[in-house]
Amino acid sequence: MNIVIVGHVDHGKSTVVGRLLADTNSLPQGKLEQVREFCSRNSRPFEYAFLLDALRDERAQGITIDTARVFFKTAKRPYVILDAPGHVEFVKNMVTGASRADAALLVIDANEGIKENSRRHAHLLSMLGIRQLAVLVNKMDLVGHDEKKFRAIVSDFEKHLAGVGLKAAYFIPVVGYEGENLASRSKNLGWYSGPTVLEALDAFNEPLALDGTAFRMPVQDVYKFTASGDTRRIIAGSVESGSAKIGDELVFYPSGKKSTIASLEGFPRARVAGKLVAGGTDGFTLSEQIYVGRGELAARAGEPAPQVGTRVKASVFWLGKRPLHSDKEYVLKLGTGRARARLESVLKAVDAAELRARNDAETVERFEIAECVFRLSRPLAFDLDGLTPATTRFVLVDDFEISGGGIIRENVTADSNKARSGQAGAKFHQKAALIIVNGEGATGVALKSLESTLTEQGRTVHVLEAPESKIAEHAQVLLEAGLVVLTAAVSTKLLGELKKRLPAHAIHSVTLDARDEHSVVRSILDETSA
Amino acid sequence: MTHLDELESRSIHILREAYSSFRNLGMLWSIGKDSTVLLWLTRKAFFGHVPIPLIHIDTNYKIPEMIEYRDRLAREWALNLIVGQNKKALAEKTTFPDGTIDRLACCKLLKTQALKDTLTAQHFTGIIAGIRADEEGSRSKERYFSPRNRESDWDIGDQPPEFWNQYKTDFAPGTHLRIHPLLDWTELNIWEYIGREKIPTVSLYYDQGTGKRYRSLGCYPCTFPVESTAKNVDEIIAELRTGKFANVAERSGRAQDKDDGGTLETLRRDGYM
Ligand SMILES: Nc1nc2c(ncn2[C@@H]2O[C@H](COP(=O)(O)OP(=O)(O)OP(=O)(O)O)[C@@H](O)[C@H]2O)c(=O)[nH]1
Ligand SMILES: [Mg+2]
Repeated sequence: MNIVIVGHVDHGKSTVVGRLLADTNSLPQGKLEQVREFCSRNSRPFEYAFLLDALRDERAQGITIDTARVFFKTAKRPYVILDAPGHVEFVKNMVTGASRADAALLVIDANEGIKENSRRHAHLLSMLGIRQLAVLVNKMDLVGHDEKKFRAIVSDFEKHLAGVGLKAAYFIPVVGYEGENLASRSKNLGWYSGPTVLEALDAFNEPLALDGTAFRMPVQDVYKFTASGDTRRIIAGSVESGSAKIGDELVFYPSGKKSTIASLEGFPRARVAGKLVAGGTDGFTLSEQIYVGRGELAARAGEPAPQVGTRVKASVFWLGKRPLHSDKEYVLKLGTGRARARLESVLKAVDAAELRARNDAETVERFEIAECVFRLSRPLAFDLDGLTPATTRFVLVDDFEISGGGIIRENVTADSNKARSGQAGAKFHQKAALIIVNGEGATGVALKSLESTLTEQGRTVHVLEAPESKIAEHAQVLLEAGLVVLTAAVSTKLLGELKKRLPAHAIHSVTLDARDEHSVVRSILDETSA
Repeated sequence: MTHLDELESRSIHILREAYSSFRNLGMLWSIGKDSTVLLWLTRKAFFGHVPIPLIHIDTNYKIPEMIEYRDRLAREWALNLIVGQNKKALAEKTTFPDGTIDRLACCKLLKTQALKDTLTAQHFTGIIAGIRADEEGSRSKERYFSPRNRESDWDIGDQPPEFWNQYKTDFAPGTHLRIHPLLDWTELNIWEYIGREKIPTVSLYYDQGTGKRYRSLGCYPCTFPVESTAKNVDEIIAELRTGKFANVAERSGRAQDKDDGGTLETLRRDGYM
C-alpha cells in the first residue's frame, strides 16, 4: 500500500518516517551509524530525517527537496512510504508523490500549529482524490505533552478539512524524534487512547477494485510487428475498470467505431487469462479491421457510454510558474488522449491554502484551485461519474512541462455547438493542404478510413480519385476551396506538376505503415491546424 | 491482483507510454537481474517482441559468463543489441584495474562516458533503465520519466512534476528522457518475479559450491560476492525473506559506491544510471 506523508516545512515528516524505519528494523545494517557519523563529522545533532534526505543539498539545508520512496513491512502488509517535501517551493514534488498514494499522513507541529502548507497540502490531497487520512500532531514534547494544545489543533484542523471535503480517520499526538506513538505507545501521552501510527496504517483500507464498473480501456497503441513475421494487429492498453471477453462488442470513443473482440493476446501466450480485467495489460485483436489508435477509449456496447466533448467544465489546480491564461494554448492529456486546450473562462478561483475566493478572476495563479471552462482542439472521451478516476482526470502541459491537473465536472460541448451553428458561413477551421499518402498501408480503404478519422477530428477532407492526368487540376481547385485533400502515392512526373500548381508549403507527404494510422493522423492534424 | 501483478502492470504501462511517445528509444541492458526483468517486461508489453534496441555498455571488465549469456539471449530473443565501449580509455589504460585512476574516475570513463557517447552517436531521445528506488538515496528520488539535458546532466533539485498516470512525454529539443519502469520494485520483488516467470539469469547469482554468490553484478575488479549458499531462485527468495540480508545494502559488494563518501549521487548527476 502506498502512503504519502505531507505537511508544512520542518514539521517533522522525514523524522517520523526515519524513526518509523528505525523502530521497525527496516534499515540496512550500518545505515544509522553512517548517518550518526555524518552528523558528528559535520558537528550537527543527529537527525533521523537524514535517513530519507539523502541528497547533498537536502542535508546541507536540513530540508527535503524531493519525495523519497522507502519500503517497509508490517505483519499485515508491505508499504511504500512517500516522504514529501513541505517547503512551498517544492509543492510540485509533493503532488508527484501524493498522486500515487492510497492514503496520507499529514504532520502538524504542535508548537508552531497549523501553517500555510498544512492547509494547502490537505486541499491538494483532496484534489488528487485521496480519501483516507490520519493527522499526526508532532513535537508534543515542545508543548509539554499537553492535551489541550492537541485538542485545539484538532478542532481547528477538522474545520479546514471539512472545507476541502476531507475527514481524518485519526488525529494522533506523537513525538517523532523519540518515536512516541509511532511504533509503540507513549507513556508521556497517556491521555491518548487511539491507535499508534503503525496501527493507523494497518487500519487503512486497500484501494477498491474497479472490476464492477463499466469497461474502460484507453488505447495506448496498436501494434503490428509484421517485420518479425507477426500478423496480429493488437490493440494494447491498461484496463482501468470493468472487464471484457472474446465476442464482446466494443465501441471506441470519440470515433464511435465498433467491432468485436476476436482474441485476447498476451505473453507468454499460454498465460493469457479468459478475460480482460481491471488493472491488467493484456491486449486483443478485433474481428473487423477498423482503424483505431492511441487516444481512443474502448468501452463495451450495452454498458454506460463515456462522454465525448470539445468543451468541458473542470476543477483544476495550478502549479505552473506562469498563471494559467486564456492567451495561451496548453496540451490537455486525459487517459491516452491528447488535445490542445484553451482556457475559456474562470468561474471561481480559490487560494489552496487560505480558501479565499477571488471574484472575477481571469487567470488561475500558482497554487490556486479553480473552476474553469476549457475548449479543446479535438473531441476527447471521458467520464463524469468518477467511478473510473483515470478517465476523469487530466493534466495540462505548458511548454513541455506538466503544470496543472484537473477533474472534469461537466460536458458543456452541446452549448457551444448551438452557439457555433448561429455563425452563418463560418469558414473551415483548417489550413488547406494536399497530403500525399505513401507506404504499404496506403490502400483505398485506408484512405477512406483516414478521411473519416480526420472528419471526426473536425477537418473537412476530400479523397482524390481522379485519373492521373486530372489530379493536379482537381487538387488545385479543392485546395483553393480550403479543403484538406488526400491522395495515394504519385509519380515523380505528377509531383513535379503539383509543385507548379500548388504552394510548396501546402504539399505534405506522410507514410502510412502498418503500425498505426494514429501517428499519421496526428501529423496531418498538426500540418493543417488553422 | 497480487502486488507483483500491480508492479508488472505499471511497468508495462510505462514501457508502452515510452514506446508511443519517443521515436528514438533505447533500453540499457546490463545483463544483471533488474534489466533482464525489464527486458522480460518489454517482451510482455509488446506481445513477445522487443521493438526497442538494447544498449549494453561493455567496460571490458565484465565477468566472461555475462557476455556469453548476453549473446545467447540476443540470439534466442531476436534482440537488436548495440554494444558501447570507451575504446580510447581502454587503449590508453586509463582505468582503475590498470592502476592509473580511482574507481569513481574509472566508472565515469568506462560507463558514463561510454554511455554518453553511445547516446549521442545514435541520437536517442528516450533511454529506458532498470534502476530501483530501494537501491540508494538518489534513486529513491527519481521520476518515472526524468529529463536530462544535452550533456546528460540531471537537475535533481528541480525535477518536473508527474502525476496520476500522466508522465513527462513532451520535451524540448536537445534534451532527452530517462525512463525508469522499475522504480517501485524491491530486490525481493525482482527475485519473486524471476521465479514466477521463470526468467533465465546468469549463474553467478547462485552458489556454485563455493559458499559464495553475487548479489549485484558489475565489473570483476570492483564487485565482490556475498557469503551465501543459495543455489537457485527459490533459495534466494527464502534467504531474502528470512532477512539474512535485511541488514546489508544490496550494492555493498560494489566498491565504487563508497569512494565518494558512500554516495552515487555524484556519478548519477553526471549521467550514470
Ligand atoms: N523537539 C522535536 N523536534 C522534532 C521532532 N520531530 C522532528 N523534529 C525536528 O524538526 C526538524 C525538522 O524535521 P524534518 O523531519 O526534517 O521535517 P520535515 O517535515 O521532513 O521537513 P521538510 O521535509 O523539509 O518539509 C528537525 O530538526 C527534527 O529533528 C519532535 O518530535 N520533537
Ligand atoms: Mg522532510
